[in-house]
Amino acid sequence: MNNKRFWILGLLVSVIIAGVVSYYASSHPDGLEKAAEEVGFIGDAQDSAVADSPLADYGVSGVEDERLSVGLAGVLGVLVMVVVAGGGFMLLARKPKQRN
Amino acid sequence: MHIPDGFIDAPTSAIFGAASVAGVAVSLRGARKQLDERAAPLAGLVAVFIFAVQMINFPVGAGTSGHLMGGALAMVLVGPHAAVLAVTVVLIVQALMFADGGLSALGLNVFNLALVGVWSAYVLYGLLRLILPKVRSSVVVGSFVAALVSVPVAAVGFVGQYAIGGSEVFGLGAVFSAMFGTHVLIGIGEAFITALTVSSLLSSRQDLVFGWKAPLRSPVEV
Repeated sequence: MNNKRFWILGLLVSVIIAGVVSYYASSHPDGLEKAAEEVGFIGDAQDSAVADSPLADYGVSGVEDERLSVGLAGVLGVLVMVVVAGGGFMLLARKPKQRN
Repeated sequence: MHIPDGFIDAPTSAIFGAASVAGVAVSLRGARKQLDERAAPLAGLVAVFIFAVQMINFPVGAGTSGHLMGGALAMVLVGPHAAVLAVTVVLIVQALMFADGGLSALGLNVFNLALVGVWSAYVLYGLLRLILPKVRSSVVVGSFVAALVSVPVAAVGFVGQYAIGGSEVFGLGAVFSAMFGTHVLIGIGEAFITALTVSSLLSSRQDLVFGWKAPLRSPVEV
């Protein structure tokens, strides 16, 4: 597979997973939450300081449609990840060259 | 397995926060040495992909779900140092943007999911590579096993944190047994996603797969 196609495909798959497939994710509590319920310490959990953020819990506040809300949040997350992780790793890899 | 604020007390969270900062610093140095301009974009893509796949909680029975941790996957694809950084970036974005995992618990989460998840997979994968035949399918088998085991190992990391800084009302044995079995099941899901992703990268771009191209070294040597 050539380079360009590979990167486009990788990003496309990520966008589809976060933007479309995410709607079908199981809404059951995860392993840790379930354990906390079973054992009894689930009540110790406190809201995150950013619990009121417009994207909290993978939904865009104000967007009524659940499918759209989680999908938009997912795509926004992917975009931020591309910038932060993609940009960060590129900078990290470039550094030694600049020094030489 | 994102720990919310409140499960673990502040001093313990701070200690694990410091340990995580140290662990990430080691990987920053390691990744700077290891990554070239060809591998760096893949490390970025791996982080993006892990973020996306972590949105997909899959059911593991008994009204419980789990999702990919991604440490083993990232380790096999881009090496342990870049993997630690990739998972850490995912956790930071999740905590800050999506309120997924507490802010004071960020160090606890980086410790379990990035450091413990990646390095346990690295050691196990290294051992398996020594034993298994030197063929491509061994990379897939090794990824499967390393991914499977890394999840309950990370869950034990939480139990350890709970032992130090959790509520004293509840017995540690109960916490361990509630965590361990479920996370073995989640580990099976982790193993399938990891093996599937590694195998599709091996067949499309094997030149990019760290776990295939990296020279054999002793599993504890970095």
